[in-house]
Amino acid sequence: MKMEKVEQLRHYYLRHDKKFPHVWCPGCGNGIILGSLIRAIDKIGLSKDEVVLASGIGCAGRMPVYADFNTLHTTHGRALTFATGIKLARPELNLITVMGDGDATGIGGNHFIHAARRNLNLTAIIINNQIYGMTGGQYSPTTPYGAKAATATGGHLEHAFSIADLAVTAGASFVARGTVYHVPHLDKLIEQGIRKNGFAVIEIMAYCHTQFGRRNKMGDAVTMMEKLRDRAVAVKDPGAAGSPGTAVAAGASDTPGAAASAGALDSDSLDTLDGKFAIGVLTDVEKPDYIAEYARLRAASRLNAQNAGNAGK
Amino acid sequence: MSDKKASRENDNQPQSGVNGVGAPQVAASGTAMRVPAREPARSSQNAVPRRRLLQGNEAMVEGALAAGCRFFAGYPITPASEISELMSVRLPRENGTFIQMEDEIASMGAVIGASLAGVKSLTATSGPGFSLMQENLGFACMAEVPCVVVNVMRGGPSTGMPTSPAQGDVMQARWGTHGDHPIIVLSVATVAECFEITVTAFNFAEKYRVPVILLSDEVVAHTRENIVLPESAQLEVVDRIRPSVPPQWYKPYADNSRGVPPMATMGDGYRHHVTGLVHDQSGYPTERSDEVKTQLKRQMRKISSGFGEIQLTRSFMLEDAQVAVIAYGAVARSAKRAVRMARRQGIKAGLLQLVTLFPFPRKAVDQVLRQCKAVIVPEMNFGQISREVKRVNRTCRVFTVNRIDGQLITPAEIFQEISN
Ligand SMILES: Cc1ncc(C[n+]2csc(CCOP(=O)(O)OP(=O)(O)O)c2C)c(N)n1
Ligand code: SF4
Ligand SMILES: [Mg+2]
Repeated sequence: MKMEKVEQLRHYYLRHDKKFPHVWCPGCGNGIILGSLIRAIDKIGLSKDEVVLASGIGCAGRMPVYADFNTLHTTHGRALTFATGIKLARPELNLITVMGDGDATGIGGNHFIHAARRNLNLTAIIINNQIYGMTGGQYSPTTPYGAKAATATGGHLEHAFSIADLAVTAGASFVARGTVYHVPHLDKLIEQGIRKNGFAVIEIMAYCHTQFGRRNKMGDAVTMMEKLRDRAVAVKDPGAAGSPGTAVAAGASDTPGAAASAGALDSDSLDTLDGKFAIGVLTDVEKPDYIAEYARLRAASRLNAQNAGNAGK
Repeated sequence: MSDKKASRENDNQPQSGVNGVGAPQVAASGTAMRVPAREPARSSQNAVPRRRLLQGNEAMVEGALAAGCRFFAGYPITPASEISELMSVRLPRENGTFIQMEDEIASMGAVIGASLAGVKSLTATSGPGFSLMQENLGFACMAEVPCVVVNVMRGGPSTGMPTSPAQGDVMQARWGTHGDHPIIVLSVATVAECFEITVTAFNFAEKYRVPVILLSDEVVAHTRENIVLPESAQLEVVDRIRPSVPPQWYKPYADNSRGVPPMATMGDGYRHHVTGLVHDQSGYPTERSDEVKTQLKRQMRKISSGFGEIQLTRSFMLEDAQVAVIAYGAVARSAKRAVRMARRQGIKAGLLQLVTLFPFPRKAVDQVLRQCKAVIVPEMNFGQISREVKRVNRTCRVFTVNRIDGQLITPAEIFQEISN
């Protein structure tokens, strides 16, 4: 993308009246994700008024305030519940939630699996930096076994799960994983997720050099990003280390069949600091849309009420 | 002997019992303690009065729908479940939406979301669920999102006594969520009030941009009474004020004379930020002392400047009373009977029924305390409102009657305390 266009996007989509600088550490990947999100929305051509960007609490949760949409910064873990209310009340709006790993799958884990099961048309962007960043580096549900955290100074005793696998199992109709290294690929995944009519999850492998990298001697932000490059494998090519090029190519239109093999790979590897993990579209299935289903229920119950009224006459 | 007009804080508006904010005619006549079915049908043009035999929970559903509620999110719990069940049938017919969420935290979140999207929203629960709602209730206070939360009180603490009545959540309703916060707490004693005070609850929520807690209890919720539902033309229904300025001038949390900023609906072009962090008038997080103070003080002021119409009470035989009972909820019904029993014995007794529990109707209570030699506060807890009464002034002796065994306090128990 040309620099000129980047400038235009920035001026158009970021808030002018918001006091900068932002809260994120220099080098944090969260800004990259905000960029991807804006490009995806721009590509789809949504108007700013029809987008609601809702978040929970955490570094990830601070994203909406900078963007010029209808923005909502909810309570820790609850973004999807607020989004559910908004979407049901105004189905024509596009609901995008941004959550951290702890936010979405720790404190908000129950809401997450039920949102996936319910299949309301929401887009869930989960920034997985494998740690509670904002509160100072305590372990999260995705902190790998043995990794150091502020509350696991001797190495973590529990095991990480794969957020994407969890989403697939819980019934999300679209599940993808990207990284903050593979940016054009990420733009595309977010775009696909927003376009999907159904509950869509995009897990983004990110890094927190301040709270996680430092404790685990993983180097600076750039080193951690390079690590993501080396660990990611495009789903179409599960055996080999994915270069960004192949990931972008492979991620575009995957068959649902690829998910199984990718999933098997992830459960174990994401519980380590250097195992390979799949990126790309892991699941893309069609399911009845909740809003359409509810519209059908409304029509049927109005008819019932009418018939009952007529019968009474 | 007829019921007296509801006592009021606002002497400038002598016309109606629960003046101003959406009391239907049945309420405006001030017959709070009487079942309206005994009254002549009020609707003269539409000849058929909508007389219905309803349970308290059902009447709340009717009240909510009449007030314009079109969204309900909840999680099943005794003794509130009938509200969910009936809403799941009625809302789709009214083009509204019902959803059963995965828990009460989620229910409260969805209710706030729907309200932000411009739809009047309700949830209903009981003690354990009410505890779970406190987190997002605080958000609604902070972000000033109108909504109504029904708590049909049952025996507590914890799982307590699911099918028995209690009034143990009074202080939780006021102070359940953390931090100083504005909130309105109303209570109901009859099936008719379940209808009419639910309307009032929505009207207060919309007018003041604040969550309103509506306290019911297992007795009121499951009692069936004949009530006359007012025609919609008789109801005063209040809707939130929406911005009239162009979107680029809109400040979602700016002060004005009432202290209640106009509220834009998400998606209507007034893009802005909503957060549970303390924010400036644009809605952006701030920790600047001057901005913090301005916001938080305004949020309290908007309620205190409305005391006159918010603090609803109802009086029965109080004019010449020397002994008064101050009661609310189902216990107010026993109290009314006890007052009648005392009058038959020649004791000058009266009743002040509190409809609004918070902001505490201090002025009305103060008047009773000054007038009477003794005041009795019966309640189904260890004494939550009696403490508030004692805080008002010390000129009068305050006696308490408390039950926490899941049984309604009887007229005889209150009568006995009056005769002492
Ligand atoms: C109910 C509640 N518990 C705890 C917190 C404190 N808290 C704030 S952010 C956070 C962790 C966020 O971690 P994550 O969701 O992974 O986001 P990140 O900061 O890593 O982006 C916690 C525990 C809170 N705000 N609310
Ligand atoms: S603490 Fe970590 S996640 Fe938070 S802004 Fe800093 S680098 Fe990013
Ligand atoms: Mg995190």
